[in-house]
Amino acid sequence: MTSPEPDFDVIVVGGGPAGAVAAHQLATAGLSVVLIERGETPGSKNLSGGVLYGRVLDQVFPGFAQEAPVERRITRHVTTFLTPDSAVSLDYRGGPLADPVNAVTVLRAKLDPWLVERAEEAGAFVMPGVRVDELLREPGPHGRPQVVGVRAGDDELRARVVVAADGVNSFLARSIGLRPQPPEHHLAVGVKAVVRLPREAVEDRFGVSGDDGAAHAIVGDCTHGIGGGGFLYTNTDSLSVGVVLRLDDLLRSGRTAIEVFEDYLDHPGLAPYLRGGEIAEYGSHLVAEGGLAMVGDVHTDGLVVVGEAAGLTINSGLTVRGMDLAVGSALAAATGVAEAIAAGDVSRDGLAAYRRHLDESFVMADMRTYAKAPAFLERTGMYGAYGELAADLFRDVFSLDTTPRRHLAKVALGAFKRSPVTVRQLVSDGWAGVRAL
Amino acid sequence: MSTSQTVTVRLARNRFLLDEEESHIEIDQEVCRSTGTGKRLVAVCPAGVYTEREDGTIDAEYAACLECGTCLAVAAPGALRWHYPRGGFGVAFREG
Repeated sequence: MTSPEPDFDVIVVGGGPAGAVAAHQLATAGLSVVLIERGETPGSKNLSGGVLYGRVLDQVFPGFAQEAPVERRITRHVTTFLTPDSAVSLDYRGGPLADPVNAVTVLRAKLDPWLVERAEEAGAFVMPGVRVDELLREPGPHGRPQVVGVRAGDDELRARVVVAADGVNSFLARSIGLRPQPPEHHLAVGVKAVVRLPREAVEDRFGVSGDDGAAHAIVGDCTHGIGGGGFLYTNTDSLSVGVVLRLDDLLRSGRTAIEVFEDYLDHPGLAPYLRGGEIAEYGSHLVAEGGLAMVGDVHTDGLVVVGEAAGLTINSGLTVRGMDLAVGSALAAATGVAEAIAAGDVSRDGLAAYRRHLDESFVMADMRTYAKAPAFLERTGMYGAYGELAADLFRDVFSLDTTPRRHLAKVALGAFKRSPVTVRQLVSDGWAGVRAL
Repeated sequence: MSTSQTVTVRLARNRFLLDEEESHIEIDQEVCRSTGTGKRLVAVCPAGVYTEREDGTIDAEYAACLECGTCLAVAAPGALRWHYPRGGFGVAFREG
């Protein structure tokens, strides 16, 4: 018996940046492509913290930051150690970050429809409001089961290759045993609110103007010492504000994600930024933080996995990335899939072309560079003691109480002695940090 | 009034398309109880979907689900059946 002819060359499941860019590239290459999205409209299921490092997307859609619905260009990055009553920040402002565009804040329900429209414009057929229930598999030419399409409700669609861009839960790849469920210490829950504020208030409070914006990363008391951190990003006339909490630490803490999020929003360190703001939307997203250790297999017979579904996220402590890696993997996948189809071999050997392109791209280069970052960020000092130590030091420096002043080195030593941080821990964490970040 | 409000107030700002015919969450109370999964679900769910009764039974208010999948990540095998809602149903972000 011969299998029925495929309905499309490629089925892409998921209308986020990975799926939309893969569909765009494949359709541009002249292949017939269907993009299936479970949301009623593309973007309606998609949520991220909000910073997109846009250089790679600019290669796909030159000038996208002017045309696409993005919020603000980030020209100010602030990293803050927060304690219950003080804050120590590292604040970088840079004109060079504005041009060419480096990072932009985005709201996914606005950006993703634009990306999907680009795929549609290139010739991809878009099916919103459809949930893919399972992969169709049949015995392949090499005697192994081969993915030949998808089932959605009572409908079956067949294709030469399926691109799984179905997000962090990666149901499709997991259903055939390609990717394991990640361990809890490699996962975090992101909890976020979009808080509406007048445009002028956003600009005045964050010290930016025009289309420029600021990204704040916050660690320490804002998560009650739970591994992870807080973020506060400027949109055009709103803020994206939330926490990311490592699941193993959250479960150990005895607190709930809801309680930690609410305490964060009401923290005195955040209040001046949020005052008078109205919550416009509340959402959450599971975050994979395992880095390189979580990548594993990303292709098999008839299937490639891209974006978050492939475990492609990086938390370096200072930058948190997902969307740019999603786009990078989509480019590698589109090239590899087109080559495999052209060569008439969509088995896992033919689709290994995707893996080769991925390995050669900035995506895997960066995954390898930051391979040690997750273990480093699991070290506990980051989320409590170091912030306290820094706050203690600066209090001594700035609080002139008529006691005789001492040289900075002595003040630092005093703060260090009062802190629970040991020399050994500082040296060990310092060295690990130098190697990991 | 604090900015954070309560989870109920926050969820009320969202758009949801409720699937009245089908819940996408099913709990195996036996497995949930014997593995201590219930308390983990309550701790991690940002939407407060899961609540524990005094006798340890876990209730799931699926209409409030934000579809992140965190519950599934911490559930013991067999304690929870969680999938995305049917196409077009569930949370519909306008910001995202």
